Amino acid sequence: MAIDKAKVKEIAKLARMKVADKDESELATELNQILDWIEQLDEVDTKNVLPVTSVTSEILSQRDDKVTNLDQKDKVLANSPSDNSDFYVVPKVVE
Amino acid sequence: MSYFISGEKEDWEVVIGLEVHAQVVSDSKLFSDASTEFGAKPNTQVSLVDSAMPGMLPVINKVCIKQAVRTGLGLNSKINLHSVFERKNYFYPDLPQGYQISQYLQPIVGEGIVTLEMSGEIREIGVERLHLEQDAGKSIHDQDPRNTLIDLNRAGVALMEIVSKPDLRSPQEAGAYMRKLRAIMRYLGTCDGNMEEGSLRCDANVSVRPKSTSELRTRAEIKNINSVRFVEDAIEYEAKRQVDIYDSGGTVNQETRLYDSDKGETRSMRSKEEAHDYRYFPDPDLLPIDLSTEFVDEIRKGLPELPDAKKLRFVGEMGLSEGDAEILVSEKEIADYFEDLSVGRDPKLSANWVIHELFARLKKDDLNIDNSPVKADRLGSLLDLIEDKTITNQIATSVLETMWTSAEDPVAIVEKKGLQQITDTGQIDSAVEKVILENTDQVSQYKDGNEKVLGWLVGQVMKTTQGKADAKSVNEILRKKMDSG
Repeated sequence: MAIDKAKVKEIAKLARMKVADKDESELATELNQILDWIEQLDEVDTKNVLPVTSVTSEILSQRDDKVTNLDQKDKVLANSPSDNSDFYVVPKVVE
Repeated sequence: MSYFISGEKEDWEVVIGLEVHAQVVSDSKLFSDASTEFGAKPNTQVSLVDSAMPGMLPVINKVCIKQAVRTGLGLNSKINLHSVFERKNYFYPDLPQGYQISQYLQPIVGEGIVTLEMSGEIREIGVERLHLEQDAGKSIHDQDPRNTLIDLNRAGVALMEIVSKPDLRSPQEAGAYMRKLRAIMRYLGTCDGNMEEGSLRCDANVSVRPKSTSELRTRAEIKNINSVRFVEDAIEYEAKRQVDIYDSGGTVNQETRLYDSDKGETRSMRSKEEAHDYRYFPDPDLLPIDLSTEFVDEIRKGLPELPDAKKLRFVGEMGLSEGDAEILVSEKEIADYFEDLSVGRDPKLSANWVIHELFARLKKDDLNIDNSPVKADRLGSLLDLIEDKTITNQIATSVLETMWTSAEDPVAIVEKKGLQQITDTGQIDSAVEKVILENTDQVSQYKDGNEKVLGWLVGQVMKTTQGKADAKSVNEILRKKMDSG
């Protein structure tokens, strides 16, 4: 898969990153190199191999349906930049 | 009963698929130990997992798995013993993680079927899949002119997304499907179906095509509809809009639209116009869900009787009409009320009283069966008085009226007001004679062959006896006297 400058722009937008126009072609080259490197894996025939989800044959651990979390609003909002003590505050997003 | 929209040149068929988001009934969230209770103060039910603090890891709630399997079985669906959580990546302020944990390629529940009855016709609607996912937080736009406030209480609550196949063909079918899903989940106890509180929301995919073609044309997706009526209205509007576009030579855009219930129209959501690229990948924080067949069988054994089965029993064993049975099973609470009432009583009489007398009164006072002032056991003692002929049907109606506002027992009301049925035929005889003497005109009309006037005369006798005579015997006696007189 070849990545061009337009694709770089698109990826940057999805990741909410600002990329200067002058950096686009260098980034495209780097991303292509990474993809080429990963594509070496295609050489392995995995037709009859199931995806490995854990190397320790662990199984998904499950919790009981219990509420043990108490109100910790102050802690949760502690790093919020706004001084509103009840909500996170963000710039207006309206549909 | 097919639904078509007539365009300029031809009739159009509507093709609809629904994605229903149903909040799972559980005490704590899907991956955290915070409460799911509705109506708490903002941000008081948020754990460090829900707010996506660094280093926090999700641990799945086993009840949510159980509820999803239970719902899948209730929808006659295939349960996938192996399913995988994936990350759906996008940025929005109400999604602290920057991704929603959802299921994509391998959902917990596969294909199934929901059966609808549309004016006597059976329609089988395919279910494509059901998967588990996290809900997002709530954005509040109207409390601050410049900012949006975020409440994360709902963030991380478990949802089941139930995706139908594009099998629905009219707004009414879509509404019926939604109601049926809601009823099934409420019977199962897996979703409370409370649409005002947002426990059940839906997205509708709508496209149109010329009648008797089978192509699938470009669809528009109407997002976040929160009532059954709005589902119907939004689809009706959207389908007509698309037909108008084709009629004027245009093309329909594949886009996300919003339904504005005040204006009764759908409009494009510009912010979401660009194609989404969610870059799904398996969530490395979570192992796959692996279920045993024993686990699934155990849940299957514990399933309650669902509306379709109950309806069959009401018709087959109790002799109710299809229509009455359909109404009685439509809500779990109605079915429960009816079953309590009909134990040891005539099912048809019980059904009549629930559907006609009780519903009429509830509707008048804007109540529902849960907060009915007359519970099943009290209505039952009233029906007993009809069945043992202590009172007439007509009197029972007025006793119910009294019961509505007083906690008194129907037996006591009847005794206190002296409403017992007149069983003494002598008393009925004299009432009939009085009416015949006072209404000679009507009597001669009857004798001239006007049968209709008989009903009126019966009414007069009932009036004289204050409704305490049995209408059937009044009818007989009246006829006999006039025919012989």
